[in-house]
Amino acid sequence: MNGARAAGVGRGSTWAWWTVGGFAALVAWSAHGARVDVVALLGPEGLGQMAAYVGKLFPPDVSLPMVRDAALGTFETFAISFVGSLLAVVLAFPLALLASRSVLYRGILYEGQRLGGGERTARIGVYAAARGCLNALRTIPELLWALIFVFIVGLGPFPGVLALGVHTAGVLGKLFAEVIEDVAPRPIEALQSTGASRLGIIVYGILPQAAPQFLSYALYRWEVNIRAAAVMGLVGAGGLGQRIHVAISLFHEQQLLTLILAIYVIVTVVDALSAYLRARLL
Amino acid sequence: MPSAPTAAPAARFPASPSKSTFGWFLAAAFAVVLALSLREAQVDPRLLVQADAIANAGRFVRGMVPPALGAEFLGSLARPLVETIQISVMGTAIAVVIGLPLGLLATASLMWRGSLHERTASLRRAAFGVLPYGLARVFLSAFRSIPEYVWAFMFVRAVGLGPFPGVLALGIAYGGMLGKVYSEILEGVDPRPIETLHAAGASRGALVVYGLVPEALPQLVSYTLYRWECAIRASAILGFVGAGGIGQQVELSMRMFQFDEILTELGVLFVLVAAVDFVSGRIRGRLVR
Repeated sequence: MNGARAAGVGRGSTWAWWTVGGFAALVAWSAHGARVDVVALLGPEGLGQMAAYVGKLFPPDVSLPMVRDAALGTFETFAISFVGSLLAVVLAFPLALLASRSVLYRGILYEGQRLGGGERTARIGVYAAARGCLNALRTIPELLWALIFVFIVGLGPFPGVLALGVHTAGVLGKLFAEVIEDVAPRPIEALQSTGASRLGIIVYGILPQAAPQFLSYALYRWEVNIRAAAVMGLVGAGGLGQRIHVAISLFHEQQLLTLILAIYVIVTVVDALSAYLRARLL
Repeated sequence: MPSAPTAAPAARFPASPSKSTFGWFLAAAFAVVLALSLREAQVDPRLLVQADAIANAGRFVRGMVPPALGAEFLGSLARPLVETIQISVMGTAIAVVIGLPLGLLATASLMWRGSLHERTASLRRAAFGVLPYGLARVFLSAFRSIPEYVWAFMFVRAVGLGPFPGVLALGIAYGGMLGKVYSEILEGVDPRPIETLHAAGASRGALVVYGLVPEALPQLVSYTLYRWECAIRASAILGFVGAGGIGQQVELSMRMFQFDEILTELGVLFVLVAAVDFVSGRIRGRLVR
């Protein structure tokens, strides 16, 4: 610490110590509040209980009907994640355009022909509304969206698709809008100098630059969504989650292990597929 | 099968045809998978415009406004709110305790590959390097592939309702993610200072403590803080399966059709997430600078 001060970074290092101390206090307070009981957990009784539970998980149930059921659940989970992610892209794209300042009212597109005061205000209003909408979609967690859609359209995988689509649209819309606002200005200026219309510039100047990033983000969210789709069923929205809920509730531990292995397989497959597509397409 | 029609252009443009074959193949696969998935997921937009669905959606939206702002209700949110923060902090702390050692074991350049191990006997390298490395990778991958809600559900069975199973679930699932990313960060560290230490005869433990970890510390801390931001979102909904925090209140309000309470709870959640993002973002900004 003295050495650091001599080197002239004393202020930064004091700051670091304060931060570390603050975090230590935060952890201690949290351990108390969250009723963390490491002694009970790692004591002989706690460890014994856990060992007994793990013991009951083995061997996984690989009887034919169970494997068939797990496979069905896996397909359903895959379908929920796939259609949900696609729905998210479809919803996010128009919202992202409306949530980009450089498309609506500011920047190169509007340097030549300025907007009238009233129109500019209206466009800023549209921008704010789109941002607010994206924020709301994103703030509500996908599981709560699932509960809401189960309430609206009933049980099954379809509310899971809607929940993933709507929540992920909020996430992707924000990311897409950032990409749109960050595209390189040169091609846009070049198009403008040829007298292209605003729509023309958006279609031929902005979107082609943004498309690879859009695709990359969409694939990344698909990886997130396969995990989310696997738990949708905990609130009645289909897939492996529903079967896991049943297995845990009825103490069918060996079936539970089969289902968990199924999650492991489908998550790994989708991760690999996404990585392959990204490497191939980008 | 689409290779026949592209054979002719293949002769003229040697580089592009494989890409275009791939494109056609991809488009076809996409269409088939989409068609199967739409059927499997029982997608039926008509359900959304049914009289029932519209009435339910109307009930939900009308029920949300005005939000519940009674003093008693707001008071009842204080405890779960604090619990949510505590679950996220404790979950992240346990994740570090799990993720750091496993992450170190899963770092190839530390365990068996590269300049540090050129003179290690191959049998010794396999037993004390490759084997623990492989085991650590398997554990990390299993920990993070099982979603945190499934972990939470299982821990609720094992240790009972309340915040503790939520903490354990976050700790294990995020431990798996932290461990993997830690090992990637450590793998990317500039090897020269470590090689110097190694040449001076430092033990493996000393290499980690004095070479590897200090070198990568800003990145390690930064990613851990990012995970904390995710943990606060996750701990808000772990309560759906009975693992404490504000999610348990949300679930309860939803089951009781108290939609005005939901709007309030979402507002509180939004502020909480924004506050954590802000704090964590500022610290990360200082770290990477």
